[in-house]
Amino acid sequence: MEHIRLPKVDNVRLLDRISPRRSRVGTLYLTATHTIFVENEAGVRNETWVLHSLVCSLEKQAATASGSSLLIHCKNFQVLNFVIPRERECHDVHLSLQRLSQPERPDELYCFSYKPNIDAEERRPEWDFLDLRADYRRMGLPNSLWKLSSVNQHYKVSDTYPADLFVPESATPPVIVGSSKFRSRGRFPTLSYYSKENHAAICRSSQPLSGFSARCLEDEQMLEAILRSNPHSDFMYVVDTRPKLNAIANRAAGKGYENEDNYSNIKFQFIGIENIHVMRNSQQKMMEVCELRSPSMSDFLEGLESSGWLKHIKAVLDAGIFIAKAVAEEGVSVLVHCSDGWDRTTQVCSVACVLLDPHYRTLRGLMVLIEKDWISFGHKFSHRCNHLQGDPKEVSPVIDQFLECVWQLMEQFPCAFEFNARFLITIHSHIYSCQYGNFIGNNQRERTELGLREKTHSLWSYLWMNRADYINPLYRPDHSQTQGLLRPSTAPYCFKFWRALYNRFDRGMHPRQSVEDYLSAIQEETQQLKEQLASHKQKIAQLEQEQEWSVPQKAVPFDKSPTGWTFCNDMANTPQDYTGGFFTSSPCQPRAPITLQTEESNKTSKSILSNGSDQESGIADVSCRSPLSEDSTRDPDSDEAAYSAS
Amino acid sequence: MEFAELIKTPRVDGVVLHRPFMPTVEGTLCLTGHHLILSSRQDNTEELWLLHSNIDCIEKRFVGSLGTIIVKCKDLRVIQLDIPGMEECLNIANSIEALSTLDILSLMYPFFYRPMFEVIEDGWKSFLPLDAFKDLETMTDEWRLSEVNKDFIVCPSYPPLVAVPKDIDDDTLRKVASFRHGGRFPVLSYYHKKNGMVMMRSGQPLTGTNGRRCKEDEKLINATLRPGKRGYIIDTRTINVAQQAKARGGGIESEANYPQWRRIHKAVERSNVLQESLIKLVEACNDQSHSMDRWLSKLEASNWQTHVKEILTTACLAAQCIDRGASVLVHGTEGADSTLQVTSLAQIILDPACRTIRGFQSLVEREWLQAGHPFQQRCAQSAYSNSKPRQEAPVFLLFLDCVWQILRQFPCSFEFSESFLVLVFEHSYASQFGTFLGNSTAERAKLSLPEKTVSLWSWVNRPQELERLTNPLYEANSLVIWPSVAPQSLLLWEGVFLRWNRSSKCLDEAYEEMVHIIEYNKELQNKVNSLRRQLAQLETEDPLLQTP
Repeated sequence: MEHIRLPKVDNVRLLDRISPRRSRVGTLYLTATHTIFVENEAGVRNETWVLHSLVCSLEKQAATASGSSLLIHCKNFQVLNFVIPRERECHDVHLSLQRLSQPERPDELYCFSYKPNIDAEERRPEWDFLDLRADYRRMGLPNSLWKLSSVNQHYKVSDTYPADLFVPESATPPVIVGSSKFRSRGRFPTLSYYSKENHAAICRSSQPLSGFSARCLEDEQMLEAILRSNPHSDFMYVVDTRPKLNAIANRAAGKGYENEDNYSNIKFQFIGIENIHVMRNSQQKMMEVCELRSPSMSDFLEGLESSGWLKHIKAVLDAGIFIAKAVAEEGVSVLVHCSDGWDRTTQVCSVACVLLDPHYRTLRGLMVLIEKDWISFGHKFSHRCNHLQGDPKEVSPVIDQFLECVWQLMEQFPCAFEFNARFLITIHSHIYSCQYGNFIGNNQRERTELGLREKTHSLWSYLWMNRADYINPLYRPDHSQTQGLLRPSTAPYCFKFWRALYNRFDRGMHPRQSVEDYLSAIQEETQQLKEQLASHKQKIAQLEQEQEWSVPQKAVPFDKSPTGWTFCNDMANTPQDYTGGFFTSSPCQPRAPITLQTEESNKTSKSILSNGSDQESGIADVSCRSPLSEDSTRDPDSDEAAYSAS
Repeated sequence: MEFAELIKTPRVDGVVLHRPFMPTVEGTLCLTGHHLILSSRQDNTEELWLLHSNIDCIEKRFVGSLGTIIVKCKDLRVIQLDIPGMEECLNIANSIEALSTLDILSLMYPFFYRPMFEVIEDGWKSFLPLDAFKDLETMTDEWRLSEVNKDFIVCPSYPPLVAVPKDIDDDTLRKVASFRHGGRFPVLSYYHKKNGMVMMRSGQPLTGTNGRRCKEDEKLINATLRPGKRGYIIDTRTINVAQQAKARGGGIESEANYPQWRRIHKAVERSNVLQESLIKLVEACNDQSHSMDRWLSKLEASNWQTHVKEILTTACLAAQCIDRGASVLVHGTEGADSTLQVTSLAQIILDPACRTIRGFQSLVEREWLQAGHPFQQRCAQSAYSNSKPRQEAPVFLLFLDCVWQILRQFPCSFEFSESFLVLVFEHSYASQFGTFLGNSTAERAKLSLPEKTVSLWSWVNRPQELERLTNPLYEANSLVIWPSVAPQSLLLWEGVFLRWNRSSKCLDEAYEEMVHIIEYNKELQNKVNSLRRQLAQLETEDPLLQTP
């Protein structure tokens, strides 16, 4: 609490991002974990909760007559603009938030205070929910070609690699250790994915320390061993995911890439994915475009183009496709690396896995995949997501790009994924929220040292418990689209702007009726109908056979009109600003939102319940309802309500 | 003239047809007066039946003695025919060119087409102005149906019957007509039942440079205002364009002469700009390059999405004025293009009836066909035409695109699915039906289209077609639906512009899956209901159950 200089400010205005004239007045509270804005309007209890760990940047603008403005950008792309009456108060809030949003020590992270009063024993099932070894077993490993190596126990060979690694059967510890000495950060070639069907494998590593001419016999033997582990193939691909120029530049620093002359039977290939700095700037530029106030179509399209974001997404997907095709269609193993092998390599390997293996397109499968290729292989979440006060140059939306690639694939293959976009967006939020321990730290060694399994909760089991929210109604395991390799089109027009993520909090921009939610509701109803059908059949049989036995039964009246379900129809009633400020008064009148909302009350109350049960925590009041734990569309306190009532 | 004169080679064997995302077919190519037909003469193989009027342009290429004709269609499809023999190929190409550019209306296919289906309801009679007026009369008695234009003399592009304020007599209307572009005096476009506000449309006032004024015009439009209320005139031109129109005899309603009206200028592009935009957009979509930058910059440069945004925004503004309790007059220059985009879209937003299949047909009839949108001129050529555009413009296609945008944002509020919009688009450019022939009711009457051709609606309004075009998600939504016009919310209409450039297999499967989920639910509901009835019957039959 020592960082909170001012716990409460009255008469704060929260400006509507799109039309600032529509603002809400309320009280701003700072707690240890959240900033909370409570609207003062009579009758509505409208709250906006923002986790401190989600705050990305704070901007205090010059004071005006109406007060001082504080602009808060969040890592989940929420933007809040508060106007605080007194400069002094604004200053205090600003300083407090600056400190609160940038913890200096890991133990200040939200996950350590989130539902803390549960002992490690109780937490264990949460963390045991996903088992990486089970995934390798699913791939058919270990087998006669690949073995589990103990060489990296206690992280002795590579401190950023996991302890358990699969290597070719013929790779001896001296070869592995020798190879690791010839690779950046000791990240020697190791298995990421193995195809049971044709023995082709995806392996990953960091760049070789080849400089202009250096060689390493063990490293060459290591690649030879990988090649031999695929008995049907007489060559393998080595894919360097960097632009060629970047790789060449690395040679001057004693690093570089494999020389085809030194390694037997490799085909070397560059795939130009840009580095973390380019990606960071690109996303920043795109977000500037997303945040423009009433942009023209040209502003938006030009901005989107010049940000280069979709170009980068396409590059990552293209690389994934190259690898997936090599494995599935050619039966050739691939070694993938970039510089350190934890950013681009991770993206590309995991995208290839999604394309290759239907399992990774299920709820559980995607979680395992992130656990395997991202978490266990040492994607530096703490640095890339800026969990702790650190070097801003280390920050980069590498995982965002992976999630977006999956989303782009879902758009092309609507029946192929068990999960929906809400699942991806929820994962995205929690990668940054620090509410769960999964994405804390930069590698397995750090996570073990932090005791995350003992002291924090796991996102995966939370998502699994709430999986009903994340199911794609169009998915069927036996659908033809679900099977085998996905062959997406990579024509530029197949890539779309992901509005649901980047403009997530601009409610007015999204479709007002969700086909997916409609279908889910129908499916739920279908399930109930099945049960009724069975029970009716049973009753009829009973009545027909043993009439004297039967008991009067009241037929349960079934609400026929689909589903007791509505869209956000109140939203349908809210005109936007089409006038460019033509009408001076507030353009929307309150119109019967009450009757409409009662129809929705079922769903709403349900979501409040599920919300609360998730959040039973020791922290009173503060944790009782976090906006993060529910998706925005279900959030009962959404500003939707305020929108139509304002 | 005989078609045979134009067909130099009616038949060629060994022609290979290439279509996007379909296997190539080898077969016999036949040319008839109205169709290009390719048949492999095998059972179960899909044949090509292409209307000549659907062909926008052709290109020919020769490699040795093998000729290739690239056929570019108005529905944006591109197909390729490999024809052995240079002479045959040249003959075919010349014939196609001649047949596809015939502009004698009475030789068009609709005059030769005989329906192979039973006409349940004659679409020509489904949406007569008289019937529409009867509906209006149930809501208000402030309007009357005028026959002032019964000979198409007062306004050649208007239908014989139009709804006008009750207190305005036909003489006044004649005077007003002489003050409005094309004789298009203000007529009722839409009556908003909820609050009695109206939307009217007209041509621009002919004020000219010296500010000519017409008391009757002022009287007419003021007659639509409630006492003490102001109305809005939405001019679909920018203020500059509107001012410049004065030099050519046009103009704007000055505030001095129309004190009860507030004028709003919105920039909706004129037709020649739209045509150029369509050509650029389709060119971008067909670009084979894999560069993202190139695609996005071409998409942006086409300005198509900008037009969509402008039109939708203007329609939303008009709808908002009405919803907030003010009457509206919409016009641009002629009042037959951008004006109709705005008035028809505003109705989609405001009036749930327009979101049904039948209501949408009625809207197209009232606000486009009877309102005198010159379909014949606008849809003569589409995006591939090399010839210099004259009157061509995708005004109607843009309207359909805007409807699709709203449909995307309110996927459960429309009775029809996207395929209905695509169908209407196709038929507006080339069709066996007579609906979109001609530029006005007068022209259609002169050609006796209702007697000599079949209406598109006769075909659509049959159970099997309706079922195909119905949106399985539809649940009547009686509310006004306000779409988002943010650039992030407006998408490229893939169903039209990328239709032939990417495989739709996966999306079609998803649609089928969706239909399946809903059908299965209905099936179960029926079963449960019938069992419930059976159960109830058993229970009443069972004497033991009668006693508690």
